[in-house]
Amino acid sequence: MNDAATLAEAAVGHNRPEPYDVERIRQDFPILQREVYGQPLVYLDSAASAQKPRQVIEAVESAYQEDYSNVHRGVHFLSQRATDRFEASREAAARFVNAASSDEIVFTRGGTESINLIAATYGRKFLREGDEIVISHLEHHSNIVPWQMLRDEKGLKLKVVPVDDDGNFLLDAYAELLGPKTRFVAITHMSNALGKVIPAKEVIRLAHQRDIPVLLDGCQAVSHQAIDVQELDVDFYVFSGHKLYGPTGVGVLYGKMDLLDKMPPYQGGGEMISSVTFEESTFKPVPHRFEAGTPAIVQVIGLGAALQYVNDLGIENIAAHEAGLMEYAHQRLAEIKGLRILGSTENKASIVSFTMEGAHAHDIGTIVDRAGVAVRAGHHCAQPLMDRFDIAASARASFGLYNTFGEVDALAESLNAVTEIFG
Amino acid sequence: MFDDLRELYQEVILDHGKNPRNFGAMDDANRAARGDNPMCGDRITVYLSVDDEGVIREATFSGQGCAISTASASMMTEIVKGKTVDDAKELFQSFHNMCTKDHCDMSAHEESDPDAVERLTVLSGVRQFPVRVKCATLAWHTLNAATTSADEAEPETVTTE
Repeated sequence: MNDAATLAEAAVGHNRPEPYDVERIRQDFPILQREVYGQPLVYLDSAASAQKPRQVIEAVESAYQEDYSNVHRGVHFLSQRATDRFEASREAAARFVNAASSDEIVFTRGGTESINLIAATYGRKFLREGDEIVISHLEHHSNIVPWQMLRDEKGLKLKVVPVDDDGNFLLDAYAELLGPKTRFVAITHMSNALGKVIPAKEVIRLAHQRDIPVLLDGCQAVSHQAIDVQELDVDFYVFSGHKLYGPTGVGVLYGKMDLLDKMPPYQGGGEMISSVTFEESTFKPVPHRFEAGTPAIVQVIGLGAALQYVNDLGIENIAAHEAGLMEYAHQRLAEIKGLRILGSTENKASIVSFTMEGAHAHDIGTIVDRAGVAVRAGHHCAQPLMDRFDIAASARASFGLYNTFGEVDALAESLNAVTEIFG
Repeated sequence: MFDDLRELYQEVILDHGKNPRNFGAMDDANRAARGDNPMCGDRITVYLSVDDEGVIREATFSGQGCAISTASASMMTEIVKGKTVDDAKELFQSFHNMCTKDHCDMSAHEESDPDAVERLTVLSGVRQFPVRVKCATLAWHTLNAATTSADEAEPETVTTE
């Protein structure tokens, strides 16, 4: 390329983001270089857990090798270093969801514990017999079971927002479910089984008209779209680290300060107290009040690196790339005879859930696995939703920031083997 | 196509998977149990009619599952018909070993029931697919539970976990 061409390209590219170079991005993920059964790995199960870039792996390694100590305790050098890196992740998480303050970010073990924490603290303190909680048909078991347990303990009622045959959240039906006894709304931002995204802003606005707080389960949504908790005006937003290219064992609970502040502690122990005598203990302010015991220090630090990684790529760029993959996947899979995709294409992100005539999801999963293609097969921890569509299981391909169009082809081709066996 | 896939999805399995025998609830069953595989959502119910001598006169199953679990249940209902409950349990134990261990001696059953041994050997192709072993054994676990159930109106539920 001559100088003029280089300059011309530089000029054109000046105000544009760098093109999304998925092959370069894949180099960041060591595991994507490996083979399975002698085939290149085609990892289409990021909705279950995403792979980790070396930036995260290196952050975890350096945390252990250079900066490891317990946090918020010692006066020594390493304790300060570990605490600084730990708290920097809190700042990063706050910026990632645009929280008003990093004090509104509580670290948990994962999305599941975040929801359990809210049920066990806010739920136990503020919900009373006869009160109603609204969830939806799209929920993962982790946003059903904690509320059932609370229901049984307190004598509450669970109301379930239905979905239509295309998997769409029915906003009108939701509005009708909100009543004088509704005291809490807990709904997934994006279905893990279908990929459907709900009209979150409207859901929150309608609840707030009746002063009902809203929890959004963001475990799936957070890796596919920008989250702005202030713009959403959401009361609680929860997600896990491992689906966002971070380590397992760490999750985030965002809560509005005025709500967190009036919630009792979750677990008792060290780290969450101001002072302890045998007569009584006083508790630290938010967020430390909810973080009893030694936290997942290194995983939290790793999560900070994951957030940085996603920010550097730009979540909008990731979303655009994944939207392209989704469109292509729908096109390729539609060509396969007897294949039925669950949930229509609108308001859907990064997940294609499907069934095949004559072949159970489990058999599909086993067959494509032998071609190196990793998909999820089963009920996706969303049995009520599977029942809604009158199926026991589906196969699910989910896309992450590192997947390619060639991998969509590999999926489609591996599904031909299913047709060959069961067709 | 990969050889171990061919070995797993042999014609007889595909046939029983697509056209399961003895499929459906049994009205006059005196033993029943439900089996769940929580990992994949497979759910089946096994119904037995056991006479006073402890012989399984009829066996049927209902429910939903993958090709492996459906074929296994279908073949099982054929295999255990006419056998005593004790013989069926013994066969289950041998089959379970065959699915989970590298070497398993089925010779004890070879003479008395060569047909059953042949069919179960086909199914034991799941050994190459450890996560699928539970699919192949779900029906047998459920049968095992059914033989000990006292009241078929309230079927006991077993899981593979």
